[in-house]
Amino acid sequence: MQTATTDAGAPVLQARGIGKVFGQHRALDGVDFEARAGEVHALLGENGAGKSTLIKILTGAYQPDEGEVLLNGAPVAFRDPLQAQAQGIGTVYQEVNLLPNRSVAENLFLGHQPTRFGLIRKSVIEARAREVLATYGLEIDVRAELGSYSVAIQQIVAIARAVELSGKVLVLDEPTASLDRNEVQRMFDVVERLKKRGLAIIFITHFLDQVFALSDRVTILRNGRKVGTERLQDVTATDVVRMMLGKDLAFEHHPTGINEGPTGPVRVEFNGLGKAGRVAPFSLKLHEGEVVGVAGLLGSGRTEMARLMFGVDLPDSGQVSVDGKPTTIRNPAQAVAAGFGFCPEDRKLDGIFGDLSVRENIIIALQAKLGWFRALNRDEQDEIAGQYAEALDIRAANHDMPVKLLSGGNQQKVILARWLAIDPSFLILDEPTRGIDVGAHAEIVRTINRLREDGLALLVISSELDEVVAYSNRIVVMRDRELVAELSGEDIAPAVIVKAIAENNTGAA
Amino acid sequence: MNRSLRPLAATATIFLLAYAAATFQYPGMLSTRVLGNFLTDNAFLGIAAVGMTFVIISGGIDLSVGAVIGFTTVLIAVLVMWAGLHPLVAFAVALGVSAAFGAAMGAAIHYLKVPSFIVTLAGMFLARGGASVLSPDSIGIKHEFYTAVSKSYLLMPGGGRLSVVGLIMVAVFLAAILLAHRTRFGSYVYALGGNETSAALMGVPVARTTIQIYMLSSVLAGLAGIVFSLYTSAGYSLSALGVELDAIAAVVIGGTLLTGGYGFVAGTFIGVMLQGLVQTYIVFDGSLSSWWTKIVIGALLFMFIVLQRLIFTASAPNRKVLWKA
Repeated sequence: MQTATTDAGAPVLQARGIGKVFGQHRALDGVDFEARAGEVHALLGENGAGKSTLIKILTGAYQPDEGEVLLNGAPVAFRDPLQAQAQGIGTVYQEVNLLPNRSVAENLFLGHQPTRFGLIRKSVIEARAREVLATYGLEIDVRAELGSYSVAIQQIVAIARAVELSGKVLVLDEPTASLDRNEVQRMFDVVERLKKRGLAIIFITHFLDQVFALSDRVTILRNGRKVGTERLQDVTATDVVRMMLGKDLAFEHHPTGINEGPTGPVRVEFNGLGKAGRVAPFSLKLHEGEVVGVAGLLGSGRTEMARLMFGVDLPDSGQVSVDGKPTTIRNPAQAVAAGFGFCPEDRKLDGIFGDLSVRENIIIALQAKLGWFRALNRDEQDEIAGQYAEALDIRAANHDMPVKLLSGGNQQKVILARWLAIDPSFLILDEPTRGIDVGAHAEIVRTINRLREDGLALLVISSELDEVVAYSNRIVVMRDRELVAELSGEDIAPAVIVKAIAENNTGAA
Repeated sequence: MNRSLRPLAATATIFLLAYAAATFQYPGMLSTRVLGNFLTDNAFLGIAAVGMTFVIISGGIDLSVGAVIGFTTVLIAVLVMWAGLHPLVAFAVALGVSAAFGAAMGAAIHYLKVPSFIVTLAGMFLARGGASVLSPDSIGIKHEFYTAVSKSYLLMPGGGRLSVVGLIMVAVFLAAILLAHRTRFGSYVYALGGNETSAALMGVPVARTTIQIYMLSSVLAGLAGIVFSLYTSAGYSLSALGVELDAIAAVVIGGTLLTGGYGFVAGTFIGVMLQGLVQTYIVFDGSLSSWWTKIVIGALLFMFIVLQRLIFTASAPNRKVLWKA
């Protein structure tokens, strides 16, 4: 499929100088945006760039603190998404927000069913539903439960409902995230049809290839500001990635001399590990005293890779060997027994036990490994907690305070201490510096370097290219749920990584 | 077959088999006389179960039903016997009071975001307590209207009598079937039970619908109270104890999913009739303790919960892909 070149019509939906503040945090700052009739306008940005805040303002879920939204040139202020919907802005989310327990026809017309003497005219609704869906190339039994159809069909029914009820602007919020390749193509056909009908379509996705395949223009946000709006025929994928990540490619040089390649023996080897729909099979060796960085955009399969390695998700192919011996890892307990540790991305949700003390948080994995009958007594607990708190410089008034009262950086170190207490040989860190103030970043990086010197094998997932480059001996790049490149030596530089992330994107799909 | 129809079909089949077995043993059970008694004796339960059906389809529960029935019988008795009002006026007052009561519960559930279980539990204590405050003792109702009603019936072929209260129940069921399946209100009830967030995003007036659902349940409980009052000619604060649980049992046995989103008013009718059948069988047998009713209902209920779990997990969305070529 080639980039669409049709010149779009007049602006339908415009945002001017939008600003939005949540507490101390400025989510959007002076953002301009415009969607024209008959164009697909992609909206891109990493986590926290302000995409979803902007969309929520455009669709009425939030009200802007600054700036104005114009629909067909007239200023509008939507109270809620329903009002936005009634005035012409329909939204379709990744999770289909329809009713799986009701018929397709009812889902299309709920709340707008034609009635006679107060009774719904079922046959009229069903005939209308068949008519509407036919224009999307969909011939299904409209009386069947929506839930009996695939997500792709449900997604199209959701689009049909949004277009029927709104009809000017269609916002697609990651509509393809849970679809397979074939279904994505169907979705694209539907979007092309709607474009020809003159709708303004705003398309949000992580997948760059889909942006290039489908969109006419792209607007990129970073840290709540607009980086730019470009016609896709004028830019390359590399330009887009660079705008998203905000990397100044002038500095190319690898700052430290740690990239001389692996030295120690192989600690862990993954051979063809994969799970259909999550991560394509990948092979990776990690050596003693080595840090392997994982780079890639959000949704590229980085976290899924870590979850497979740690047995959180069950792989459907591949083998694992630890210190040369084949090992079975089917759940996290087996991974811990094999000497693995995993600090997950969402600290608050998956990592800390906020109401437990620092001491309890540190010893919990060790205690779980020891089992029920070898309970650590208080002195042992205090000693272990004290030892790691000192080693990692965890700053807490005392070790009995609830861990939720600590700063993000210190919480992260508590989780690190927890895994170090079981004396792991392989540690996975998923975004160890996310949500930590900038000063603490350097400390986490220092800790990673020290663990490497102690002979651990580490896999570190991070969106911060500067950091990955600073501590990695090798870097693997994920794209579209596939391990696409392995970089070492001179190639460990932001520019090379950006290129690897963006490569081939324009040719795909 | 549509998977939500399966529990209903199972209930209907079990009812027919059980009825056939019962008539095989006691041929006398196959008569319109017995059918007439079925309808009369279970009228208050059936009417209350209709309201419960809407509540459960919407994903909630209403534990106040039995207490509202009890309260209504006392209120009517007090208004008729002590205040000297005409029963019809007393009925109107009772329906108005129960509507307000249900609306208050619905509003609390929606605006305070309190689970319906807790709110209606509080409602149950309030209504039961209120009834005892009005009159702790049973009050007999003597009024020519009551005498006239209890003497009126439709003669069915075969000599069976369809009483006024039985007729009211049948009418309530027919109206409720239309309400559930052919009105926007009905589709909103199913929508809330399916997914409240989606329903709100699709424009379902969640607050209004929630309040209406609990109003409907309480009004029908009030109507059940009126029927109970006509049926017993008395008002007593402790009458209809535990009827909410019988109603829930009838609804679930009738194929409505306790987690909401799926169900049929007609199924509830069969559920009520199945309970009536067990009771009638015990009367015909003569030697069994009436507690056997509870045991059979318990066993049926358990069976249906297992059945629903099997049907709704085993046949989770099968992926039909029917693209136009």
